[in-house]
Amino acid sequence: MRKKFYDLGKVIGLIVITAFLSGCSKMVVLNPKGPVGSEERFLIYMAFGLMLIVIIPVFVMVFWFAAKYRASNKKANYDPKWTDSAKVEFVIWVVPILIVAALSYLTITRTSSLDPYKPLPSNVKPVRVEVVSLDWNWLFIYPDYNIASVNELVFPEKTPLSFKLTSASVMTSFFIPQLGSQMYAMAGMQTQLNLLASDTGTFMGQNNEFSGHGYANMHFKAISKTPAEFEAWVKMVKQSPDSLSMKTYEHVSQPNVGYPVTTYSSVAPGLFNHIVGQFMEWMGREMKMKHMKMNGKPGSGPMNNKIMEDN
Amino acid sequence: MNTEVTNINANNTVELEHGHGAELKTFGFWIYLMSDLVLFSALFATFAVIGYNYAGGPGPKQLFDLPYLFTETMFLLFSSVTFGLTMVAMNGNAKKRVITGLVITFLLGLGFIFMELHEFYGLIAAGHGPSRSGFLSAFFTLVGTHGTHVFFGLIWIIVMISQVVKKGLTDGVRSRMMRLSMFWHFLDLVWIGVFTVVYLLGVL
Amino acid sequence: MFGKLTLSAIPYNDPIIMGAVISSTVLGLIIIALITYFKKWSYLWNEWLISLDHKKIGVMYIVLAGVMLLRGFADAVMMRAQQAMAAGANHGYLTPHHFDQIFSSHGTIMIIFVAMPFMVGLMNLVIPQQVGARDVAFPLLNSVSFYMTVAGAGLIMISLGIGEFSNTGWSGLAPLFELKYNPGSGVDYWMWAVQISGVGSLLSGVNFFVTIIKMRAPGLKLMRMPLFTWATLTTNVLMILSFPVLTGALFLLTMDRYLGMHFFTNGMGGNMMMWNNLFWMWGHPEVYIVILPAFGIYSEVVATFSRKRLFGYKSLVYATAAIMFLSFTVWLHHFFTMGNSVDVNIFFGIATMFIAIPTGVKIYDWLFTMYRGRIKFDAPMYWTMGFFVFFVVGGMTGVLMAIPPADFVVHNSLFLVAHFHNMLIPGVLFGYFAGFHYWFPKVFGFRLNEKWGKRAFWGWAIGFFVAFAPLYVLGFMGMPRRMSHYSVLAWQPYLIIAAIGAAIIGLGVLAQIMQIYVSIKERKENMDVTGDPWNGRTLEWLTASPSPEYNFAVIPKVEDIDAFWDMKEKGIAYDRPKVYHDIHMPKNTAAGLIMGVVTLGFGFAMVWHIWWLAIVSIVALIATVIKVAFNDDVEYVIPAAEVKKIEDERFRILAENQDKNFMNEVKGGTK
Repeated sequence: MRKKFYDLGKVIGLIVITAFLSGCSKMVVLNPKGPVGSEERFLIYMAFGLMLIVIIPVFVMVFWFAAKYRASNKKANYDPKWTDSAKVEFVIWVVPILIVAALSYLTITRTSSLDPYKPLPSNVKPVRVEVVSLDWNWLFIYPDYNIASVNELVFPEKTPLSFKLTSASVMTSFFIPQLGSQMYAMAGMQTQLNLLASDTGTFMGQNNEFSGHGYANMHFKAISKTPAEFEAWVKMVKQSPDSLSMKTYEHVSQPNVGYPVTTYSSVAPGLFNHIVGQFMEWMGREMKMKHMKMNGKPGSGPMNNKIMEDN
Repeated sequence: MNTEVTNINANNTVELEHGHGAELKTFGFWIYLMSDLVLFSALFATFAVIGYNYAGGPGPKQLFDLPYLFTETMFLLFSSVTFGLTMVAMNGNAKKRVITGLVITFLLGLGFIFMELHEFYGLIAAGHGPSRSGFLSAFFTLVGTHGTHVFFGLIWIIVMISQVVKKGLTDGVRSRMMRLSMFWHFLDLVWIGVFTVVYLLGVL
Repeated sequence: MFGKLTLSAIPYNDPIIMGAVISSTVLGLIIIALITYFKKWSYLWNEWLISLDHKKIGVMYIVLAGVMLLRGFADAVMMRAQQAMAAGANHGYLTPHHFDQIFSSHGTIMIIFVAMPFMVGLMNLVIPQQVGARDVAFPLLNSVSFYMTVAGAGLIMISLGIGEFSNTGWSGLAPLFELKYNPGSGVDYWMWAVQISGVGSLLSGVNFFVTIIKMRAPGLKLMRMPLFTWATLTTNVLMILSFPVLTGALFLLTMDRYLGMHFFTNGMGGNMMMWNNLFWMWGHPEVYIVILPAFGIYSEVVATFSRKRLFGYKSLVYATAAIMFLSFTVWLHHFFTMGNSVDVNIFFGIATMFIAIPTGVKIYDWLFTMYRGRIKFDAPMYWTMGFFVFFVVGGMTGVLMAIPPADFVVHNSLFLVAHFHNMLIPGVLFGYFAGFHYWFPKVFGFRLNEKWGKRAFWGWAIGFFVAFAPLYVLGFMGMPRRMSHYSVLAWQPYLIIAAIGAAIIGLGVLAQIMQIYVSIKERKENMDVTGDPWNGRTLEWLTASPSPEYNFAVIPKVEDIDAFWDMKEKGIAYDRPKVYHDIHMPKNTAAGLIMGVVTLGFGFAMVWHIWWLAIVSIVALIATVIKVAFNDDVEYVIPAAEVKKIEDERFRILAENQDKNFMNEVKGGTK
C-alpha cells in the first residue's frame, strides 16, 4: 500500500518536474517573436519586479511575526497598546503610492506607444489583412493582393502587419500570443491591430473570447515567412482554383467547426465592407456613408457608441 | 456608576422599541428610492447610447406629439399636487379629505397611464413597435419602466384608500402614506427627466 | 398549457446529467423521509423556515451557500477532469455543449449562490449583535431576501434536470446570449436566477445599511465600529448602488429575448459593447462586495487572536472607504481589448492600480497588528495567514493586468482565471471560512473541532496552490480560458497537475464535512459556556452562546473601540442590570417563504413561456405584499419576567464557570 503511494508520488513528481522544465520554452507569451510582444513582456517583468517590493516584506513579516509573537513565546514583547505609529503608517501608505506612481508612468507611456491602432514604424510597406471572425473559423482577406485564406494566416517577417478586424457573428478576440496584443472582433464594427514578426516560424493563433459551440476549435496557424517565400506563397494562392465569391463566402460563413485550410485566388470586391455593413443596414443611408469613410475606433469613451455618428 | 449606566441603557431601550419603527422605514424607503434612481440612471444611460440608432426607422421628430405629451405630463404633475394636499389633510386628521384626495390622485394617475398606453398603442399599430430599432427599444423600455412604477403606485393608492377607510389614520397607515407620498413625488421627478431627455430634446 | 416545456426538455440520454439529477433527487427524498420519520416538520417550519430571527436566517443562508458550494465544486472537478483529458485526439468525456454549461454554472453558482449567501449569512449572524441591536431593521424583508436567493438557486438546480443552463459564462456574453445564437432555455435560466437573487441581495443591502446607520447601541460612534461592521456598511453601499445596474442590464436582455428588442443585438441599432459596460459596472463592485466583508473578518480575527487592538484602525477604515469609492471607477479593465481609445485605457488602468494602494495598506496594518501581540493559532488564524501569503500574489497579478498593454497578452487566458481565483479563494472564501469557524460557537453554543479545521485549511491551501499555479503558467503558454478541448499537447501536463490540485481541495472539503460531524458528536467537550470563547473584543461576545432571540436583555453602552474588551478591562462586562423591561420582537411569518415560492414559480414560468403561470405568480406576489401591508400585528412581547428568567440562567452558568471567564484575566488592563 505504502509502496503504491510512493510510486504515485514519484510519478506526480516526475510530471511536475518535466512539465516545469519543458514549460519555460513553451511560455509563448514570454518568448515573443516581435517588438509588440517584447515590449509587453518587459511590462510584465517590470510590474512583477516593482510589486515584489511590497510582496517580499509581506512574506517575511507573516512568518517572522507569527513565529516571534506566538502566544507560547513568553519572552517576546507584548504591547497591546502599540496600535498606532505615524512612522509606520507613513511608510505603508507612501511606498505603495510610489510604486503605483512608477507603474502609472509606465502605463501612460506604454499604453500610447503600444496602442494596437498605431502603425508600427518601419521602412517596409505594411501588409494589410482584413480579418473576419466566422462561426467558428477565421477568414483572412489580403486586399493588396486580392487573395484570401481560411484558417491560415501567412505573412512576411520583419514587415508591419496592419489588421482590420470584424465579426460576421458574435464577439471574438483575435490573438497570436507570440506576436503580442489581442483585439476583439465585433459585428458591424471594425477594430484594428498592428503587429510585426521579427522572425520566421509557425505560431499559434486563436480566438480568446468564448464564442459558442465551436470555440475550442477556432484556432489557426500564423506562418511567418521570408519576404521571398511570402511572394511565392501569394503567387501560389493566385493559382488556386477557388475564388471567394459572395456565394463561396455564404458557404464558408455557415456555422461549422474546423473548416479545412483553403486559399482563394480572388475576392469579391468590397467583401469586408459588406460584412461590416450587413449589420448596419439599419443606419440609414447617410450614416452608412459616414461609416464607410471612417477609419477610427469603435469607441472613444466607456459608452463608446460614437462609432455611428461622429468618428 | 455601573448601575446608573445600565439604567440609562434600559430607558434607551424602551425608546428604541417604540419610537423607531416609522423612522427606520422612512429611511429605508429613502435608500430604496436611491437605488431605484440608479436603475433609472442605467436606463437613461442606455437611451443616451442607443437613442439615436433609428435603424432606418422613424426618429422622435416623426413620432412624438408634444402637446399630447404636455397634457399627459400635466396629469402626473397635478396628481403630485393633489397628493401634497392629501398629506396636508392627513396632518390635519381629516379622514374624509384624505380619501377624496387619494381618489383624485388615483384618477389623475390613471389618466396618465391611459394616455401613455394610448401613445404606445398608436406607435405599435403604426409599425413603430419596440423591436423596430434600438431607439424604439430604449424609448419603450425607459418610458414603460416609469409607467410600470406608476401602475404599482396606483395599486398602492387603492391599498391606502381601503386602509384609511378600514383602519382610520393610525400610526401604521400614516407611515405608509408618508412612503407612498415619497414614491409618488419621486415618480414625478423621474418623469420630468423622461419628458426632457426623451421627448423635448428628441423633438427639438 | 406548458409553454415551450415538453418532455424532450429532460436530458434522458445524457448519463452524467441524469446521474446528477437522480442522486440529488434521492438525497432530497432521504432528507424529507428523515424529517418525516423524526417528526421534525413542525420544528423545522416554526423554528426555522418562517422564523424572522436574524441568526436563524443567517444559518439558513450559510446552509444554502454550503449546498451550492458542493454543486459548484462538482462543476469545477468536472471541468478540471475534462481539461486534463481532452488534449489532441482525446476529446474528453464531455461534449462542448455540456462543458460550456458547466463553466457557466460554476461561475454563476460560486459568485451569486455561494459567495453572496455565505456573506449575507455571516452578516446576519454577526451584524445586529456587533452593533448592539436586537434584530435587523426590517426582519420580514430579511426573510424575503433570503427566499429570493433560494428561489434563484432553485431555478439553477431545476435547470440541471429540465432544459439546460446558459453557455455564456457567469458574466454573459453579448451578443452570444441573444435569441439568434441561443434559442434554448439556458440563458433564460441564468438570467432569471441572477435577476431574482439580485433583487434579494439589493434588499439585504438596504436592510443592513439601515441597521448599521440607525440601530447602533448608544456610544457606538462610526469611528468606534468594529471593522467587520465597517466592511459590511461599505459593502451595503456598493450593493445599493450597483445591483440596480445589474437589474437594469438583465431587464434589457429580457426585453431583447422576450419582446425582440435591440439592446445588445448586432444589427437593428443594438450595441453589444453596452452589455460589457453595464454588466461590469455591477460586476466589478460585486467583486468588492464579496471581498470587503472578508477583509472585515480578517480584521476581527487578527485582532482577537493577536490579543491586541487593530493596528491603524483609522487607516483601515479609510482604506476600506477608499476601496468602496474606487471600485466604481475600474469596470473597463474587464475589456481593455475592445478597441478603446488610449486615454480611456490609461484612465481605467491607473484607477485599477490605485485600488492596490489601500489594499496593500490593509495587509500591512494586519501584519503590524500581529507585531508585539500574543498570537494564538486557532483555525481562523490559519485561514488568515493563508490569505496573507496567497492574496498578495493575486494582488501582484492583478496589478500586472491593470497595465493595458500587459493585459493585451494575458486577457481571457488561464492567467486571468488563475488571478481571479487567487482573489476569490484565498481572498474571499478563506475569510468566510475563518468567520464561520470564529462565529460558529456564538450561534450553536459549541466550538468547531480544531484538528479537522486545520486539516481543511491545509487541503484548501495546498490544493489551491497546486490547482492554480499551473494555470498561471498556462496563461503564459497562451492557453485561452473555457476550452473544452485543445490540440497543444504541451498544455496537458499542467492541466493534469491542476486536476490533482482540485482533488486536494476536495480533501479539504471532505475535512470540512468531517469537522462539522465530529464537532457535533463531541459538542459536550467544546461547549462555550461564557459566550466568549476566543477572548473576543467586540460586542457580539457579550451575549450568551447561543445568544437569546433578543440578543441583549439590555442594550449595552459603548465607550471605546473594541467595546467588549473595554468592558472586560473595566471589569463591568458581566454586571447585572437592576431591572429588565418587556422586549418587543417580530412575530414569525410565512410571508417571505410564500413570496420565494411564488417567485420561483414566476421564474420557471418565464423560462418556459408558461404565461398563465407567470401572471398567476405575479398576482399572488402582489396579493401577498398587500396582505402583509394590512397586517399591523407583527410583534410579540417577551415579558420582563421571562427575560429575567432567561438571564438568571445565563448568570448562573457564568458563575459556575468562573475559571473559563476571560474577564478575570483581562480586568484592569494587561501588561
